[in-house]
Amino acid sequence: MGPLTSRLLALESRRGWSVFMGLLVVAAGLVPVLHLATPPDSVFHVPAYMVSLLGKYLCYALLALSLDLVWGYAGALSLGHGAFFALGGYCMGMHLMRQIGTRGVYGNASLPDFMVFLNWKELPWYWWGFDNPVWTLLMVVAVPGLLAFVMGWFAFRSRINGVYFSIITQAMTFALMLAFFRNEMGFGGNNGLTDFKDVLGFPMQATGTRVGLYVASALLLAAGYLAARFIVSSKLGRVLMAIRDAESRVRFLGYDVTAAKLFVFTVSAVLAGLAGALYVPQVGIINPSEFSAANSIEVAIWVAVGGRGTLVGSILGAFTVNGAKSYFTGAAPEIWLFFLGGLFILVTLFMPKGLMGLAGQLKARIKKGGVPVAQNRNA
Amino acid sequence: MPFVRLLSAALLFVTLLAAPARADDAAFSAALSGLAAEGFAEKAAAAERVAATGDARALPVLQAMEAGTLFVRKDDNKVVTGAVNGREVTLTDPLTGATLGTVASRDLTKITVNNALRSAISAAVGRLDLTSPDPARRLAAVESMARNATPETAAKLRDALARETDASVKLVIARAFARAALASPDAAERLKAVEELSAVQTAETRTLVAPLAKDPDAQVRAAAEALVAAIERREMLTAGALTLFQGLSLGSVLLLAAVGLAITFGVMGVINMAHGEMIMLGAYTAFVVQEAFRAFLPPGVFGLYLIVSIPAAFLVAGAVGVALERGIIRFLYGRPLETMLATWGISLMLQQVVRSIFGAPNKEVANPAWMTGAWEALPGLVLTWNRIAIVVFALAVIGALAATLRYTSLGLQMRAVTQNRSMAASMGIRTGWVDALTFGLGSGIAGVAGVALSQVGNVSPNLGQGYIVDSFMVVVFGGVGSLWGVLAGALSLGVVNKILEPYAGAMLGKILVLVFIILFIQKRPRGLFALKGRAAEA
Amino acid sequence: MPDDNSVSLAEPSYGVAGDPHPAHGSILYLDGVSVAFDGFKAINNLSLVLAPGELRTIIGPNGAGKTTMMDIVTGKTKPDKGDVLFDGGVDLTKLDETRIANLGIGRKFQKPTVFEHLTVFENLELALKCDRRTMRTLFFMLSREQARRIDEVVALIRLGDRLGSPAGALSHGQKQWLEIGMLLMQEPKLVLLDEPVAGMTDAETERTADLILEINQDRSVVVVEHDMEFVRRLGAKVTVLHEGSVLAEGSLETVQADQRVIEVYLGR
Repeated sequence: MGPLTSRLLALESRRGWSVFMGLLVVAAGLVPVLHLATPPDSVFHVPAYMVSLLGKYLCYALLALSLDLVWGYAGALSLGHGAFFALGGYCMGMHLMRQIGTRGVYGNASLPDFMVFLNWKELPWYWWGFDNPVWTLLMVVAVPGLLAFVMGWFAFRSRINGVYFSIITQAMTFALMLAFFRNEMGFGGNNGLTDFKDVLGFPMQATGTRVGLYVASALLLAAGYLAARFIVSSKLGRVLMAIRDAESRVRFLGYDVTAAKLFVFTVSAVLAGLAGALYVPQVGIINPSEFSAANSIEVAIWVAVGGRGTLVGSILGAFTVNGAKSYFTGAAPEIWLFFLGGLFILVTLFMPKGLMGLAGQLKARIKKGGVPVAQNRNA
Repeated sequence: MPFVRLLSAALLFVTLLAAPARADDAAFSAALSGLAAEGFAEKAAAAERVAATGDARALPVLQAMEAGTLFVRKDDNKVVTGAVNGREVTLTDPLTGATLGTVASRDLTKITVNNALRSAISAAVGRLDLTSPDPARRLAAVESMARNATPETAAKLRDALARETDASVKLVIARAFARAALASPDAAERLKAVEELSAVQTAETRTLVAPLAKDPDAQVRAAAEALVAAIERREMLTAGALTLFQGLSLGSVLLLAAVGLAITFGVMGVINMAHGEMIMLGAYTAFVVQEAFRAFLPPGVFGLYLIVSIPAAFLVAGAVGVALERGIIRFLYGRPLETMLATWGISLMLQQVVRSIFGAPNKEVANPAWMTGAWEALPGLVLTWNRIAIVVFALAVIGALAATLRYTSLGLQMRAVTQNRSMAASMGIRTGWVDALTFGLGSGIAGVAGVALSQVGNVSPNLGQGYIVDSFMVVVFGGVGSLWGVLAGALSLGVVNKILEPYAGAMLGKILVLVFIILFIQKRPRGLFALKGRAAEA
Repeated sequence: MPDDNSVSLAEPSYGVAGDPHPAHGSILYLDGVSVAFDGFKAINNLSLVLAPGELRTIIGPNGAGKTTMMDIVTGKTKPDKGDVLFDGGVDLTKLDETRIANLGIGRKFQKPTVFEHLTVFENLELALKCDRRTMRTLFFMLSREQARRIDEVVALIRLGDRLGSPAGALSHGQKQWLEIGMLLMQEPKLVLLDEPVAGMTDAETERTADLILEINQDRSVVVVEHDMEFVRRLGAKVTVLHEGSVLAEGSLETVQADQRVIEVYLGR
């Protein structure tokens, strides 16, 4: 057994591995089986909409996980993760558009419908290659990764920290949103990319395709979790936490803070892009509103609710908040924004460690008989 | 219509023959009663006679006739002018100018006009103007005639030129002749005309002169080319000035949106993502005040609603700001990222509150009358009053704020608390209240900005979201904590945006500006007006 | 990724051929260094030479420029002018903090800065001398040899029973020692200590002095200190800084007898 293998095995304790495998089996195995093998009137039946919904949540969970990696561990709250997610999604969307072929409204094999509509004569160069799934996968990884690398290189090199980093990534997202709204960009403008027919040859609406996408999302989340776990449990993970606590001290120890942050930011953006790529075929559309500032900030609240700096917490948070969102937007849509807004306030004021820290916090509170949440200003 | 032309020509002919008649009451009165005739041709002849009297009272009568407010009183067939108010008409005697009381409209017969008659009247009015004692009137008449130069008008103008005493009117007439002379077969005449026209550098002149760039005569050609080039230069300057003004106006909008942030973010270091919603609350306050004025006050004072809205919006947004600071934000000092998230939550809730009360669709906030219309600063440079008002207002707000910080005790305490909190506290300053009031001040100013922004954009619950990224960019670009930085940052970003717009389009221009700021912050992380040295590293 | 650890060596460009550069043979060489913040001259034409293996104490009143001098050596502040050479010829003014740390200059701050959320062991492991490049760090695994080195240092700083506790839970004195322990793990050639005994009890101070002498056995040390007892205990050459430049240099007794030093300390 090589040293790397033992490192991998040591990612989780024996109990940790059993929980991990158990959850994976339930998520990737049991849900599809219950959907496919039980009759619709059975109490155990998981309806089709639920499979799609859970698949969507799994993608959100991977997005939350990726943000937790940079925010929870390296202390850099990126408000650009919505953009990385959307870019991954657009890459996938472009592939799915190319797969439509002659089945579009205009039946044009070489151009997507919206380009025919805009009277374009030929495919722009940046659409080349997207009919190939391998090239698409490459782009899903490379586009968000490269953007994060360039953005991060500029920002971290100039030691842009804290809220400045957040503001600058938000500005980047905003600029991208404006850009994608433009018809001239060649990404479908306002309407985005939609009306997909099939993915890798499987019809989009078929049960098998939906289940397949769902299982792929579960496996991707598991892989993403292990990759993130590998990073945070390495010495680099400890360097990142040290950067979060006292960045300049880490420099005096001789670590390249810029490179470490750049690494984790890029990896995180790639994970977000992958999540977006699996999200798009499950919801059937990608449009510029995915770039909106609200989306990126909402991801931060998933992580905060679950407990940042704990990978499991971010996944938990994504499921909890999105579960609540699905419930409220169905039951009482006007209340949803109050609830979400209140959640932002409550979590930051009373649950700094999120759901994962709640148990410990309650214990401490019982012991001390209640402590005020206010922290002293360290000006 | 040839008939109309013919008629007009005939009328002009008649007019030219008629010697300038002495004002004579009887003649004017007779001419006036002729207007009550049945046929349009008779009425036209009568109008001409009225004009021919050259009487000062003729003009109002003809104008009333053109406007359809000239009547015949059924009782005595007297021709009167009237001001219509519903079914009642207030009458004036055109002979004496005396008021004749109010009668019901059914007691009157309107003196109707058709198109032919209307142009006859205009011509008569124009000629009256040409002989008017007021030079400005004469000028207007000459300009309008010169624009549609015909042989007849040329003759009339020549006449007028001989009579004219006012220099500026003389000049205009001379130029009108120059315009006509451009088509002359004589090269010297053409050259002279071009030279004369070089004093009138307008687009109109350019169109007239441009064909002469192909003139067979070299001298004329050169002169024409030079004139066209000069006009184009002037047009470019005008366009530049207009772009600058539009940029300043956009910059003022940015400045208004960002100046409150300069306080909450710049001075206190609080990332208030609900800042946009403070602007939105201000805009809705303006809406509510407007509705209250409409409902409870006479329409005459409606224009004042905007003035009342300003303090109202300051108080509403300021109070909300103080409540937020005391209720939530103060618990998060020293944790900027958490503050950012919590205030984002606040912004979501405020949007939903407003949406629940006022509904999601846009509300209309009207520009008061004194802010509508435009001012032509230079020929071709038209500035709308509401944009000018915004520029002035933005500068006034930042001036008032700078004065508050500098000269009031709150300002002094604010600066003391920012520089050394514990020292300020030990000197007896209630730092908690200073925090609350500072935040209230920043929020209140955002509210005031909302009133201004309601005049140039839509008022909807999402109003604030549109400004939040921009205002943070302005503050970061200008330099956190520096009011002058915010001023310079906002205005320069506004101007750059407007300069880029024609080349890149509005959206791409905005994207380019964002990219520029992102790169700029790499180079100067602390903005244009940054603090230096040890103080900056704290 | 900017992972390259190579450094540029300053060319010994001046002086006749064969004539060694004045920095030759020194571990730290400052010549004519000045830096100003908004017109205030924090360091003014400062010159200082430290021999390899030397222990030097630097004293001076508040605002004399002691901390700024350390900032300049470690790359936090760039001087406006002057030479700062390390190990006989490496130009430190061209390098950033990371490069300088990797050259072998360790620094302890005035306020103890340890990583509060990491354990004592993890703090020491981070400081351990090894390849610091990002990818190497990601795949790093502690060797038996390195583990033993950590054990040694832990014993020296007497934190053996606190290995697993978060550094934030240590007492003030223990944090100071942990930081010194981290310096030892770095195995630097030159150690800069900024007020290492501030806020310590007498016993802790005594123990720290021993630690510093221990460190000095195989590396050069610069100590900035106010505590005269402690300076006497170290028994090393003393440099007095005043208004950003050197006022006096010599043994503690010599400088204490110096009229100008007395004036500066007792005030005018």
